[in-house]
Amino acid sequence: MAPRRPLQAAMAAAAAAALSAGTATAGPVAPEVQRWQARADAPVYFVEAHEVPMVDVAVVLDAGSARDGDTPGLARLTARTLDEGAAGMDAGELARRLEDTGARLSTSVNRSRARVHLRSLSEEAPLAEAATLLRQVLAEPTLGEAAVQRERQQMQQALRTQRQSAAKVAERALYEAMYGEHPYATPPSGTEAGLAELDRARVEAFHRKHYSAANAGVAIVGDLERAEAEALAAKVLGALPAGEPAPALPEPPAEPAEDEVRIDFPAEQTAIAMGLPAIARGEESLEYPLRVANQVLGGGGLVSRLARAMREERGLSYSTASRLHVAPVRGPWIVRSSVKAERTEEALSVLRGEIRRLAREGLDAAEIDDAVRHLTGSFPLALASNRGLIRQLSAMAASGLPASHLASYIPRMEAVDPADVRRALDARLDPGRMATVLVGPNVEAVGAEPE
Amino acid sequence: MDLLYRRATALLLACLATAAGAAEVHEHELDNGLDVLVEVDQRAGVAVSMLWYHVGASYEHRPITGVSHALEHMMFKGTEQRGSGEFSRLISREGGEHNAFTGRDYTAYYEALAADRLGLALELEAERMHQLALDEAAFQREMQVIREERRQRIADSPEARAFERFSATAHVASPYRDPIIGWRHDLARMGLADLEAWYRRWYVPANATLVVVGAVEPEAVFDMAERHFGAVPARTPAPPPEGREINTAPGERRVTLTLDDARVPLLYMAYNTPSLATAEEPRDAYALLMAAEILDGGGSARLPEHLVRGEGIATSASARYSAVARLDTLFSLVARPSDEGDLDGLAEALQAEIRRLREEPVGEVELQRAVTRLMAREVFERDAPMGRARQLGRLEATGIGWRERERFEERIRAVTPADIQRVARRYLQPQRRTTGRLLPDEEAS
Repeated sequence: MAPRRPLQAAMAAAAAAALSAGTATAGPVAPEVQRWQARADAPVYFVEAHEVPMVDVAVVLDAGSARDGDTPGLARLTARTLDEGAAGMDAGELARRLEDTGARLSTSVNRSRARVHLRSLSEEAPLAEAATLLRQVLAEPTLGEAAVQRERQQMQQALRTQRQSAAKVAERALYEAMYGEHPYATPPSGTEAGLAELDRARVEAFHRKHYSAANAGVAIVGDLERAEAEALAAKVLGALPAGEPAPALPEPPAEPAEDEVRIDFPAEQTAIAMGLPAIARGEESLEYPLRVANQVLGGGGLVSRLARAMREERGLSYSTASRLHVAPVRGPWIVRSSVKAERTEEALSVLRGEIRRLAREGLDAAEIDDAVRHLTGSFPLALASNRGLIRQLSAMAASGLPASHLASYIPRMEAVDPADVRRALDARLDPGRMATVLVGPNVEAVGAEPE
Repeated sequence: MDLLYRRATALLLACLATAAGAAEVHEHELDNGLDVLVEVDQRAGVAVSMLWYHVGASYEHRPITGVSHALEHMMFKGTEQRGSGEFSRLISREGGEHNAFTGRDYTAYYEALAADRLGLALELEAERMHQLALDEAAFQREMQVIREERRQRIADSPEARAFERFSATAHVASPYRDPIIGWRHDLARMGLADLEAWYRRWYVPANATLVVVGAVEPEAVFDMAERHFGAVPARTPAPPPEGREINTAPGERRVTLTLDDARVPLLYMAYNTPSLATAEEPRDAYALLMAAEILDGGGSARLPEHLVRGEGIATSASARYSAVARLDTLFSLVARPSDEGDLDGLAEALQAEIRRLREEPVGEVELQRAVTRLMAREVFERDAPMGRARQLGRLEATGIGWRERERFEERIRAVTPADIQRVARRYLQPQRRTTGRLLPDEEAS
């Protein structure tokens, strides 16, 4: 394979060989990540960014939908209700006080974590006020009956809206097929049955159990000095109970609960989703080769194999892509497409053919080189804004990764060779263990026909 | 606490006055008429290049609706020098992200990449500005992709279908009534010759704006633009087509759609208004912007406070005024009823909020809060180079001009409660209103 050079040298060499002389005043710069521990060993990650007078603070908690138990939707309902009143303020008063500082607060929940994100101006007085409100929202939310019912009803309506989309129906069915009885099987948006069970008492109990310092991590990016960031982290976590860390999640199943699911759905296109549990956070020797393989398969936009085969060569689809989801326990590698309904079976065989080819043949050095050049070259783009940085630091905080994680991304990626990719594909891409879901008109009847 | 609190807010607003001052924009025009705008942002050593052609769906007419978007797709299919897909491969290999988007007033192409690769982006964009190779076989395949895009985005989404029809009703004499992707029948008959004519007519240096935001020196970017785009021959662009809405109130309109694949009802309400480009007084556009902010600028605004939390008749309710548009535009409200609400009750509640804007002056504290939100948002928007490039490009492509951004704060602060009442009375009135209702089939029976 081609020799791999350190990024800066490679970029400089390529620039000289490329089409025009550079005019840059600066090359890509990796930000310095500082890490320390706050209460109950909660990790804090901080990047100083003085260019814009603003601060992002994200508190992430091991309170994602994997902790829903037998009532899917509980984690998200809890997070959504947090800012609907706290510390004696009703939702309106809380919103007015927050907005008078210019700040914004948002909550979100995925399978592995809950996140409360404050974006504030860095000016001392408004930041202090906004941080106080964040602290109160985390530790002293009212979680009132009316607010819980209102948010629950909004989630129920969102589930009905999801049923308007074949792609959304396919995604839900795919996770069920891939994960069976595992907590990742059900979606953060919940299920009708789960939401029907939920009430204020359950939301309060969930909050008591999972919103603790031992379950939290903090990410801060912005126009602050280290000492100010330390005080800010201590302040926002300050009112949470110390608590106990949540137990580790079980390992996902090795075999899908169902190989193929076909759901009839009135539409002009069929949504296709395929996938399998593939990679856990911390499995670096597999993660980086799989990221390269995903980039070549369907992660690279118009230049990826799936886009070429489905879109450029056959006109089967507008969008076909693959994505690798790294999670605390094996997250999925997913391929998705929407295709003209009449050509569903043709599309399915093209997708399966590309996946089998990847599993069988691996990647050659030139393909790896192109993919690695893209992944390392575009990495600084993900860090070029405070929003991008806070996203990266939040992911690190959710898993307690070392501060060097971002700095090691490029060397790790550059070290990937064909043998690494071969090993990772053998370990994690068995097409026979992939679940497939089709949602579209008359797909059930076709599936029932003998081959 | 109240007093102290108010003092803190006043202090904050004084700080914001200086904080919101955006970075300086550097401008240079090439001899062939290409306008180049550069804004410096040293962070992370990256740069965004965005090339804006001042042409989009509002330049079209039946039966060639969708031609701007189809041409955008074909811009990735190769030039006289390079094969199909080579553009994407080159940018990708250099670690760049790239794509394009078509709007009503523009077609824009962007690359985000390490700042020392900017030259590659400009070289490739300059090539396809005047040396595009349009191939019949590639076009036929791409039209299949575009028809799938239409199915995915519109045909298979009941809400997108409904919005397409609402929009075609709310705009009476304006090309904004046509969907950007084009009507299905027009896509079926579109030919390569339509694209060729479109490309020749509109892809002209003097009809484009190059926006670069990132870790660059403005003078160096101007030199690089000269080097690459200087070779593109100058041609006089056609004037943008006229498309004013009829200027008296068009009359009250109602559309009800019952769709069997819809599961949730939706209410849409839009008022015909001027845009920042067409308003006799910019003051009117800013007052409408403030009116939307008062209704829906944050969790404490009137729609969430009264409709979602208070009466609880909506699960969501939003207001939007599209000020940055070349032609007359809309002030629109979209809401979903809760289990306790229905579409008629919801429509009445939204109208009551509009009536209140007409009848009562907005209170001082509420107005200040809205200004604080808007000014803070201006600061936050400086975080994203891509967003800033979009802001500058949209202002240019709509004929408003990028300098409007420098006046934004002053004009927002100049809006008075009386201004908001005045524009609400003039524009947010029934004769300018379209009410659209989307109903699931079960509800209609």
